[in-house]
Amino acid sequence: MRLPNWFAQHLAALRALLVFTVLLGLAYPLALVAAGRIPGLADKADGSLLTVDGRTVGSSLIGQSFTDADGNPVPRYFQSRPSASGDGYDPTATAASNLGPESVVDTLAADPEESTPSLLTQVCARSKAVGELDGVDGRRPYCTVDGVGAVLAVFRADGLTGAVTRVVSVNQVAPATPFITSYEGVPVELARPGEDYLAAGGLVTPIRGNAPADPAVPADAVTASGSGLDPHISPAYAELQVNRVARERDADPMAVRRLVEEHTSGRSLGFMGEPGVDVLELNLALDREFPAG
Amino acid sequence: MTMTTAGVLFILSLGVALVAVHKPFGDYLYRVVSGTRHSRVEQGVYRLVGVNPAAEQAWGVYARSVLAFSAVSILFLYGFMRMQNHLWLSLGFDPVVSHGAWNTAVSFVTNTNWQWYSGESTMGHLVQMAGLAVQNFVSAAVGIAVAVALVRGFARSRTGELGNFWVDLTRITLRILLPISVLGALALMIGGAVQNLSAGTEVTTLTGGTQTITGGPVASQEVIKELGTNGGGFYNANSSHPFENPTTWTNWLEIFLILLIPFSLPRVFGRMVGQVRQGYAIVAVMAVLAIASITLTNVFELAGNGTVPQAVGAALEGKEVRFDVSNSATFAASTTLTSTGAVNSFHDSYTALGGMMPLVNMMLGEVAPGGVGAGLYGLLILALITVFVAGLMVGRTPEYVGKKIGSREIKLASLYFLITPALVLIGSAAAFATGNNSTALNVGPHGLSEVLYAFTSASNNNGSAFAGITVSTPWWNTALGLCMLLGRFLPIILVLALAGSLARQQPTPASEGTLPTHRPLFVGMVVGVTVILVALTFLPALALGPLAEGL
Repeated sequence: MRLPNWFAQHLAALRALLVFTVLLGLAYPLALVAAGRIPGLADKADGSLLTVDGRTVGSSLIGQSFTDADGNPVPRYFQSRPSASGDGYDPTATAASNLGPESVVDTLAADPEESTPSLLTQVCARSKAVGELDGVDGRRPYCTVDGVGAVLAVFRADGLTGAVTRVVSVNQVAPATPFITSYEGVPVELARPGEDYLAAGGLVTPIRGNAPADPAVPADAVTASGSGLDPHISPAYAELQVNRVARERDADPMAVRRLVEEHTSGRSLGFMGEPGVDVLELNLALDREFPAG
Repeated sequence: MTMTTAGVLFILSLGVALVAVHKPFGDYLYRVVSGTRHSRVEQGVYRLVGVNPAAEQAWGVYARSVLAFSAVSILFLYGFMRMQNHLWLSLGFDPVVSHGAWNTAVSFVTNTNWQWYSGESTMGHLVQMAGLAVQNFVSAAVGIAVAVALVRGFARSRTGELGNFWVDLTRITLRILLPISVLGALALMIGGAVQNLSAGTEVTTLTGGTQTITGGPVASQEVIKELGTNGGGFYNANSSHPFENPTTWTNWLEIFLILLIPFSLPRVFGRMVGQVRQGYAIVAVMAVLAIASITLTNVFELAGNGTVPQAVGAALEGKEVRFDVSNSATFAASTTLTSTGAVNSFHDSYTALGGMMPLVNMMLGEVAPGGVGAGLYGLLILALITVFVAGLMVGRTPEYVGKKIGSREIKLASLYFLITPALVLIGSAAAFATGNNSTALNVGPHGLSEVLYAFTSASNNNGSAFAGITVSTPWWNTALGLCMLLGRFLPIILVLALAGSLARQQPTPASEGTLPTHRPLFVGMVVGVTVILVALTFLPALALGPLAEGL
């Protein structure tokens, strides 16, 4: 019996798909799973797991939060970068913040829990917190001293042009103090929760302020990574934390600095990527050499 | 060494490696697609499929074979996801919702790999490796096969026959994609990519929290995701995830794999039409556009303009410490210059102009160098448009590699170019008209960029995302699924029709009046035509989105 042409073609298609599913979908990946059992490769194929006293504590490739149950940093550990994965460093919910470069206006609700901070405010708040934890100046450009984005909604007489009629500091609510008292002669008001000053015609105007262009808190300390699982911090952020960790562990800062260097990976072949400090490996080494009192 | 110097060396080393492999690897590809001997394994495959490898196909039959294979693949993949809970290694996940399964089935069969879902919380290991990853191979092979069929149209004369789709599919898969994938996967595993069937290891962290270290057959899928310019990540975080892209050198390797086949295929074109220099001209067009784009993306990202990057001191949001700004920007440009769409950093948090570059790359039609196969056939059609424009200027019938470009050819080529812009602009307009743009995370120009990016990515079969938009709704999944389907197969049908009509012609000997198509002048003209076509089509939309935000 001769099959109709269109039917023969789809039958061939189905048979081809099944053949390729067996070859490429089963034989190929399972052969590689088997290859991953080779000693030397097995640790990596299993996820580079790290063990302490027979207990698995994580993976050298996956970052962790070093915070207590309330989410506060545990000072005897080097801290990781901010993370947007789940509640932080959750490998079952990897994610980036996906907030854009002009995400500068917070959505403020009466209940602070329901407010959504802009990326700028998140950066400012992190910078302030890290500055306080490590005893350095946490100020940044476009940030207020109370750690939110320094952004004004400027209302002008003719919409986009004309004299300034009203100015609101959109990310600050009472009882804060406006980060500047006046803008082009007009006194600056605080924002009221629930109000949309942009929809009302206010022009978004970020204010640079007089913070140093090269802030003391490094860039990676105030930004979330793409994976939300970044195992590394920059050598600069590690250096910032050395004194605090050494103090908490009654250790010599130079000895801690040596451990940081041991756990810093440089660029591959001298030019690929950037140096990074593996935070989990470093903290494990600290626990071994300087068990906290 | 400063970060900028290292970043420049990184790009240069990629360029040197691609130049070094162009000839040997391109010649190998040529032998694979033009040889007549069948290995024993291949003969076994043909028997199981039930096709005669010696039978040649006319363009219509070739096209119907492509469509039949893709239709069956979509149905199979859809069913696979809908009943994953009854199969092994499902990790306890529910069946994928119907609009999501439709979207994902189309997405992987069309080589797009747009992902509305998080791999780690939606897809079981069996669906990933025996469903999605299989399409990573065969959808790439389909793209290369169609490109080869078009080149046969240029190379052959007075024949209706363009080769045999099943033979092309089998050879490209077994002789090109599979061997490189095995080697690449082993290399990634040495770097630290995971390859197991674990459902996850729960651990107690140093400070007493819990964390689940995920597992899966990741390395085997990661390598073909790059090599086949697919882009669908095993995990939501894609190639920024340390288990997919663990080190700075695996990052280099992944970019190299992305660019390897697309940059080598012009050599196949040159060899098959018997004029190697024609292939060099095509690869030169690709290289000019790619170098410009990679450079600009790096410049914009390293400049770090914008309020948040200025506050931070660098455009580091959404980027990993090990890749930092420059190697992330290079990956972003490479993934969108091809049809890959894998990401090692999140484009939504790029500076306004840095984030515009991936969008522009896709709008170029992904021809520099483009997806595997799709880049070559896209650029060959641009070359036809260019000889046509040049022919209009001097009043001669245009020719390209010995074939006359008549009205039928130009009609097919023009239709090819209208499809994607129509899908992108109509789709974006529909999203705003129906209020479905409200799922975008950002508002204002950035919100428009997010919608525009989604439709550009789907219609060009790229699959990367300006991820700050919720696309797991029925409307988005259906609309983007349609864009992916039409954006893939309408051009393929037109390309094969064009191939058929070229193959029937008899060769026209070059004469005094023939425009030489291997000289720098022609390369410059193709670059110009490409850029002008895009500018005319998309500039208004870009002006309202990223340009309004960045300037």
